[in-house]
Amino acid sequence: MTSTTSPPTAGRRSDGPPSRPAPALRRSGRVRDRGASRVFRWAATGAGALILVVLAAVAVFLVLRAWPALTTPAAELTEKITWLRGADSLAAFVGPLVFGTVLAAALALLIATPIALGIALFISHYAPRRLASGLGYLVDLLAAIPSVVYGLWGALVLAPLVQPVWAWLNRYLGWIPLFGGDVSPTARVILTVGLVLAVMLLPIITAVSREVFLQTPRLHEEAALALGATRWEMIRTAVLPFARSGIISAAMLGLGRALGETMAVLMILSPGFLYSFKLLVAGQQQTIAANIAAQFPEANPLGVSALIATGLALFVITLLVNMAARAIVARRKDFSGAN
Amino acid sequence: MKLSLHRRAGAVALTGALALALAACGSDDPTGSGDATSGSDESVSTLSGELNGAGASSQEKAMDAWRAGFQSGNPDVTVNYDPVGSGGGRTQFLEGAVQFAGTDSALNEEELATAQETCSAEAIDIPVYVSPIAVVFNLEGITELNLSATTIAGIFEGTITSWDAAEIKAENPDATLPAVAITPVHRLDESGTTKNFTDWLGKASGGVWAHEADGNWPIEGGESAQGTSGVIQTVQGGNGTITYADESAAGSLGKASIKVGEEWVAPSADAVAVALDASPRAEGRAEHDIVIDIDRETTESGAYPLFLVSYAVACLQYEDAETADLVKGFLGYVVSTEGQEAAAQAAGSAPLSDALAADAQAAVEAIAAA
Repeated sequence: MTSTTSPPTAGRRSDGPPSRPAPALRRSGRVRDRGASRVFRWAATGAGALILVVLAAVAVFLVLRAWPALTTPAAELTEKITWLRGADSLAAFVGPLVFGTVLAAALALLIATPIALGIALFISHYAPRRLASGLGYLVDLLAAIPSVVYGLWGALVLAPLVQPVWAWLNRYLGWIPLFGGDVSPTARVILTVGLVLAVMLLPIITAVSREVFLQTPRLHEEAALALGATRWEMIRTAVLPFARSGIISAAMLGLGRALGETMAVLMILSPGFLYSFKLLVAGQQQTIAANIAAQFPEANPLGVSALIATGLALFVITLLVNMAARAIVARRKDFSGAN
Repeated sequence: MKLSLHRRAGAVALTGALALALAACGSDDPTGSGDATSGSDESVSTLSGELNGAGASSQEKAMDAWRAGFQSGNPDVTVNYDPVGSGGGRTQFLEGAVQFAGTDSALNEEELATAQETCSAEAIDIPVYVSPIAVVFNLEGITELNLSATTIAGIFEGTITSWDAAEIKAENPDATLPAVAITPVHRLDESGTTKNFTDWLGKASGGVWAHEADGNWPIEGGESAQGTSGVIQTVQGGNGTITYADESAAGSLGKASIKVGEEWVAPSADAVAVALDASPRAEGRAEHDIVIDIDRETTESGAYPLFLVSYAVACLQYEDAETADLVKGFLGYVVSTEGQEAAAQAAGSAPLSDALAADAQAAVEAIAAA
C-alpha cells in the first residue's frame, strides 16, 4: 500500500468516482491454471480457509469448555466458585464485567481517536516529507511495545503522574457524576486504564487513517484549493468526507484491541464488580480479560469453565463490534479508501 | 502498511528473542550454595529420571532453590515445578498428571477420598515452607509501628481512616503520626496470603473483623493489585498506603509489629518458629498426614502468629519404585536442614522446627512403592 499520487491508479483499487477502473482483473475459474500458478491458487485458498477454521476452532473450544458452567445450576455455582462475589448466577457475574470492558474500551477510543487523526493528518498533509516518514516510523514502533511494558509504565510512571490531575478533576468538576466520589490516592482507576489503552491504540488508528488520507484523490484536493479553501477547509471538505468510513474502520480495529487487552489492565486497575460510571474511584469496574488472567491460576475446574464462559462473552462482543464496523464500511464502499 | 508490518514483526521478534535470552540466564542456582550441598553428599547418587510437580506460587522461590540444590547432588535427576497456583496443583495431582503438588491449604476430605483412587493408597500433606506475612506500610519518615490485630482489622475494614487516629496513637505514643489518609491495598487474585491474613484477623481481632477466612478478599471495592509484587509496588507508589505481604518482599517499606499477649512482636523467621511450635497438629488426620492447625491467638512470648504454612502433597505409595524413590529423595532433601536453609536464604522463609522436621522426615521415609 503505497501513497497514491494521481487519481487513476492501476489495479483493483476503486478510487472514487472520477475514473472507475475496469472490472477486477481476478482470474475467473474458467481459465485453467497450470504448474506454479495452480499451486499458488491452492495455497492462497488454503490460507483463506485456515482463518475460518481457526475462528471456528476457537468458538467451538469456548462453547465446549464453558458448557459445564453454563449448564450448572446457579446455586451449585455460587457454592463451588468462591470469587462469584455474591452474584447469584453466571449472568449476574458477567454483566458488570461486560460493562467494565466496554467502558474501558470506549474511554480509550474517545481519547485515542482525535489524537490519532491529528497525527495522521499531520503526517499526510502537514509535515515535510522527510519528517513525515520518520514520524510514521515512530508511531508504528509504538505498536511493537509489548502490552506488559505498557502495563508497567502505566502502573509505575503514569499513575503517580496523573494522580494530581485526577484529584484536581475530582475537586473542581466533582459535580459531574463521572468525576465524583472519593478520588483514588493511587490513581489505579479506569480513567488511567483508558489513558494507557489509548496510547496502545494510537499506532493502529494512526496507521490505517494515514493510509486512507493519502488516498484522497488529488483532484478533489486541488479543486478545493482552487476554490480558495485554506488547507484546513480543504481537509474538511475533501479529505475527511472521503476518509470517513476508513476512519471508522480504523477506530473499530482499535476497539478490538482495547476490548481484549489484558496485561495493562491487570497491572493498573484496582478492580471491582459494579455497574459504576465513577471514573476516578478505585474498586469499581473490572474487564473480562483481566479478570480471567487474575482468577485463572487458583481456579478449580468449574471456576475455569466459568472464566471461559466470560471469555465467550468477550468473543461475542468483539465479533459484534467487528461486524458493526464492517456494516458501516460496506454501506459507504464507494468512497472508502480502506476497502 | 506492508513495510510497517515488516518492521513491526522484526521488532516483536527481537523483543521475543531478548526475553528468551534474558530468561535463559535468569535462573541458575538461586541459592548460590548448590555446590556446597553436592559436596556434602558422600554416597554417589543412584537416582535418575524426571520428577514433575505443580502448585502454589508462594513456594516458587524456595522451590527454585530446592531444585537447584537437589539436582546438583543428583545430576541425573530433573525436577520440574509449575507454579500454577494451589488449586491448580491439587487438581493436577489428583488427576495423576504430576507426582507431587505444592499447596497453601492441605487436602480436604473430599480431595483425600479422590486421592485414594489416584494413589492406590492415601495421600499425605507435608509442611515444607513456612513464611511470615508482614503488615507493610508506606508512611514518610516512619519505618516501625505497633499495630494490634484490632487496629489492623479497623484499618482494613475502613473504620480507621487516618494515620493520626486515636487507636493508632494509643499504640504508638512515641511516634509522630501525620494526618495522612490510610489507603489499604489488598490482593485482587485468590491467594494463600489473603486466606492466612483474613484467618488471623478473624481470630485475633476480637470480633472487629467479621468475615471468614477466605482466599478472596471479602470486602467489595477499595484498592487492590495483582500478586505480591503488585501490592508492594502499589504501596511504594502511594503515601499512607498499607498492605499485607510475604515478609521477604517488604524491602525498605515499614513493617508493623503485632500485639501478642502483652508484647509487640516484629515479623521474623525466629518469631514464626516460636508460633509454629505453639501450634498443634490438626486432629483426625492419618499418621503421616501432617497438617498444622495454626494457633492465631497464641500468647507465647516472642511468637508471631501471622504466617503461612505451605505443604507438599505426595502419595504414600507410588506404582513404580523409581517414582517413589525420586519423590522420597526430593522431599527428603526439601525437609532436611540443608533444604530448609536453602529456602530461608532464597525466599526468606522460616525453617521448620526440629520436632516438625523430624515428623516430616518420618513421613517422607514412609513413602514407598506399592
